[in-house]
Amino acid sequence: MSTSAKLKREMPQRYRMEAGKCTTCGYIAFPPRSICPECQAREFDTVILPDEGTILTHTVIRVAPSQFTDEAPYAIAIIELGEGARVLCQLVDCDLEQIAIGDPVKIEFRRIQAEGKSGVLFYGYKAVPA
Amino acid sequence: MVGIIGYGAYVPRHRIRVEEIAKVWGADAPSYKRGLMLEEKTVPAPDQDTITISVEATKNALKRANINPAEIGCVYIGSESHPYAVKPSGTTLAEVIGATPDVHCADFEFACKAGSEGMFVAYGLVKAGLVKYGLAVGADTSQGAPGDALEYAAAAGGAAFLFGTERVIATIDETFSYMTDTPDFWRREYQHYPQHAGRFTGDPSYFKHVTGSANGIMEKAGMTPQDFNYVICHQPNGKFPQRVGKMLGFTREQIEPGWLSPILGNTYSGSSPMGLASTLDIAKPGDRILMVSYGSGSGSDSFVLTVTDQIDQVRDLAPHVRAQLAANKNYIDYGTYAKFRHKILKAE
Ligand SMILES: [Zn+2]
Repeated sequence: MSTSAKLKREMPQRYRMEAGKCTTCGYIAFPPRSICPECQAREFDTVILPDEGTILTHTVIRVAPSQFTDEAPYAIAIIELGEGARVLCQLVDCDLEQIAIGDPVKIEFRRIQAEGKSGVLFYGYKAVPA
Repeated sequence: MVGIIGYGAYVPRHRIRVEEIAKVWGADAPSYKRGLMLEEKTVPAPDQDTITISVEATKNALKRANINPAEIGCVYIGSESHPYAVKPSGTTLAEVIGATPDVHCADFEFACKAGSEGMFVAYGLVKAGLVKYGLAVGADTSQGAPGDALEYAAAAGGAAFLFGTERVIATIDETFSYMTDTPDFWRREYQHYPQHAGRFTGDPSYFKHVTGSANGIMEKAGMTPQDFNYVICHQPNGKFPQRVGKMLGFTREQIEPGWLSPILGNTYSGSSPMGLASTLDIAKPGDRILMVSYGSGSGSDSFVLTVTDQIDQVRDLAPHVRAQLAANKNYIDYGTYAKFRHKILKAE
């Protein structure tokens, strides 16, 4: 699949944080799935995740994949957004030594990756200290 | 009644002080601070650009307007730092807020005037009845050449305005544009940094167009400086908006709430729009506001606004501009700034 097609396909979750909420048991799937892992139901409502949450756990990446070497060291965190919804994303604009579990964060729209010097730009969500 | 139904701003968290830049280039910091009335400026994080700043400013505007984004009929971003040379910034913004696909979209460019241009057109389309709601954003992550006077001011930030006819927080009572062909500041295709014509950027450029537009709209509206509570003029540095305000007959008290450049820098297309946002943060129902933008090349758009009772319902639904400027500041050194702004040559 081309980069552009992948980017376009993932826009609902990367741009708007659209998740699937199971109509049977209420499980929130992010990114959306076709079958509920809790109750195996196949019907979901589209919900938009809140833009505030707390840090559930985090780690610091010191040896980064080649496209992210300029950003290292950087933090990755699992953010608890309420109703059991969790997202894994980069935690930016923060002091890496000061990050603590339970800290409140805000979700912001950021550039995720640039495809080389002349390729397409990827955008999506990251977390910043609230 | 047609006017602003929601407004929002976004301020990046990183800062660099005038002293830190002056130190690297052997310049005299006190004379820059005194001469240009600048203390520090915002610096975008490496993952921020005009699109990301526009998205955050618009989210704050939507919090205040509380409308269905699918009903926004036009999305305009004015900037001189659109991330792509070819591919609109506005399409990404429209997609993020859920305004696609039934929407008109364009990017505007006119040096620092691009934001107010979008406001002018979005307001016009709402007034004409062609769209229910119109969105206009002024945002930039501008760069001055290393060591150039512009480097002390070129900052990042933006403000977004939603226009409509119901639950209006500030009516637009009059508009006026003043424009001539004036080569005071430019950037040629494929050039990284802009160039400017030194002292020519002052009297024949900024001051001529800002006073021409401000006097033009006041004459058209039959108003004088005493009829306004607040005035916001484009802020290329701290000094120019103070000087032009005094030239026009405004007092320091009328200028103060929207005068952000000493601690924000020049956010180019975001400059006078952010000043307007900051003024709306403190304005009271009935207050009259004059906003005058300036874009090199050159032109000035002016707006006369009257604040309504609705302001008190929405003011605190999103963070105020000065609160954003004060919160979570992170001072960086010139090396970090140079890395963030891609001023360092790396091996391919
Ligand atoms: Zn289920």
